[in-house]
Amino acid sequence: MKSGSNLERVLEEGYFAVTAELGPPKGGSAEFIRRKAEVLRNCCDAINVTDNQTAVVRMCSLAACGILKEIGLDPVMQMVCRDRNRIAMQSDILGAVALGVQNLLCLSGDHQKFGNHPTSKNVYDLDSMQLIRMVRDMRDQRTFLSGDKVTSEVPLFIGAAANPYADPFEFRVARLAMKVEAGADFIQTQGVFDVKKFAQWMQMVRDQGLDEKVYILAGLIPIKSIGMARYMQKYVSGLSVPDEIVKRMEQAKDAKEEGVKICVETIEQLRDIPGVRGVHIMAVAWEEIVPVIAEEAKLLPRPIV
Amino acid sequence: MIIAEQKPLDEIKSMIADYQKVLILGCGTCVTICFAGGEKEVGTLASALRMATKLDGQNKEFVEATVQRQCEYEFNEEVAELVQEADVVISLACGIGVQTMNEQFPGKLTLPGLNTTFLGQPVEQGVWDERCQACGDCVLYLTGGVCPISRCAKSLLHGPCGGSQNGKCEVDPETDCAWHLIYDRLKALGRLDLMTKLRPAKDWSKARHGGTRRIVREDLKLQEVAPRA
Repeated sequence: MKSGSNLERVLEEGYFAVTAELGPPKGGSAEFIRRKAEVLRNCCDAINVTDNQTAVVRMCSLAACGILKEIGLDPVMQMVCRDRNRIAMQSDILGAVALGVQNLLCLSGDHQKFGNHPTSKNVYDLDSMQLIRMVRDMRDQRTFLSGDKVTSEVPLFIGAAANPYADPFEFRVARLAMKVEAGADFIQTQGVFDVKKFAQWMQMVRDQGLDEKVYILAGLIPIKSIGMARYMQKYVSGLSVPDEIVKRMEQAKDAKEEGVKICVETIEQLRDIPGVRGVHIMAVAWEEIVPVIAEEAKLLPRPIV
Repeated sequence: MIIAEQKPLDEIKSMIADYQKVLILGCGTCVTICFAGGEKEVGTLASALRMATKLDGQNKEFVEATVQRQCEYEFNEEVAELVQEADVVISLACGIGVQTMNEQFPGKLTLPGLNTTFLGQPVEQGVWDERCQACGDCVLYLTGGVCPISRCAKSLLHGPCGGSQNGKCEVDPETDCAWHLIYDRLKALGRLDLMTKLRPAKDWSKARHGGTRRIVREDLKLQEVAPRA
């Protein structure tokens, strides 16, 4: 066991894992975090807390994860390279360990151009690959990046992202292999709409035996409206939304219902792909739909491990 | 070379509001080549300022001059007299030229007429692209000759990130994804092995983050001649 987090134990015991995303508020309300967390409590194994996603300032992931620990949940703390140098990152990682956080997802981070402070300076002292390696060394060698000794254990289950839809496609699996080599224990992918392309990517993942070395959780983004489908198809780079999905949303009588249906069908298809060990549901500002999706996709009840 | 562009006329006008006689001083090196601060641009700016200030009912005087290289004292000596006669100097050199002038003529204020923007290359007539950030620790030998420090929006050492789409960067659809360029280049050279190696954290102390940089070449320094016994 790397950290013995609930997520790690669920995966280790061979269950099909479910994680869900929680976006902190643009304010300092702990109650907000608790309220959203209660919605997700019984329908997932761990809760990802985003780190100023899309470069919009929100409550920090570290504090929100601490609140989740207080109420007995298993947070996945997301950490991006955009806003912190190696000093702040290592310091925050120790703080997270002190609060009992056991999962850390290492990301590059959305460029600040997309956020609400586009004139800010970015950091990128490290990139996501180097962050993964740094955390692994803190955990396994008990050393900081400088070589100095860490005076406690750093039990973290290390996560990384993968995007099967970014270019160049043929390099994506090679980059995943590098993340595994750097020290990733689990992967949460970009939202899957184009299952065919995802299956093709998974075939390449299996060809390299990577599915045996890392737990892969396929990402899902429930679509709430026609506008959201169109927006994601047109403007969100790194996402691939097939025309068929947009058409289904357009023709639906009840858009939300159709969004849930698409999500549930996608989960069913993903479960059939060898090497997919779970799903990561990113219901941005729509957390209340996660229990519905989990129920309809027959992912409940969640195992107690 | 150093690429720069002229500041907006209104900004320059407001900088010289309190001065009567203004020397506009161009530079014959990088900024001449990138059409920002050479002899021609000095003339254009002087005309524009003459017109604009006259319309404002002011009677300012603008003197024009250009030196070969404003970042070296010996070239600026040629205009020492013009500098003395002026109330203020607007430099159309890069930020290095502006600072050289302020150091060399401490009794006179030299103002920046340009925004120094980057180290780059003309890619077509009228278009310049950034190519180098002077990070002090060149990685071009690992990346097929394409710089990810200056050309990747996140300066990644392991790209391309998830925002690379159709060879373009998510930050600007007009900008090539540097890591896609690196991939194509290394693939063509049969050296993709360079791209799949993990690279240690970069030593940013060699970049500006280590404080102002200085190079000392003992072999080039003028030796003090020992006094004769």
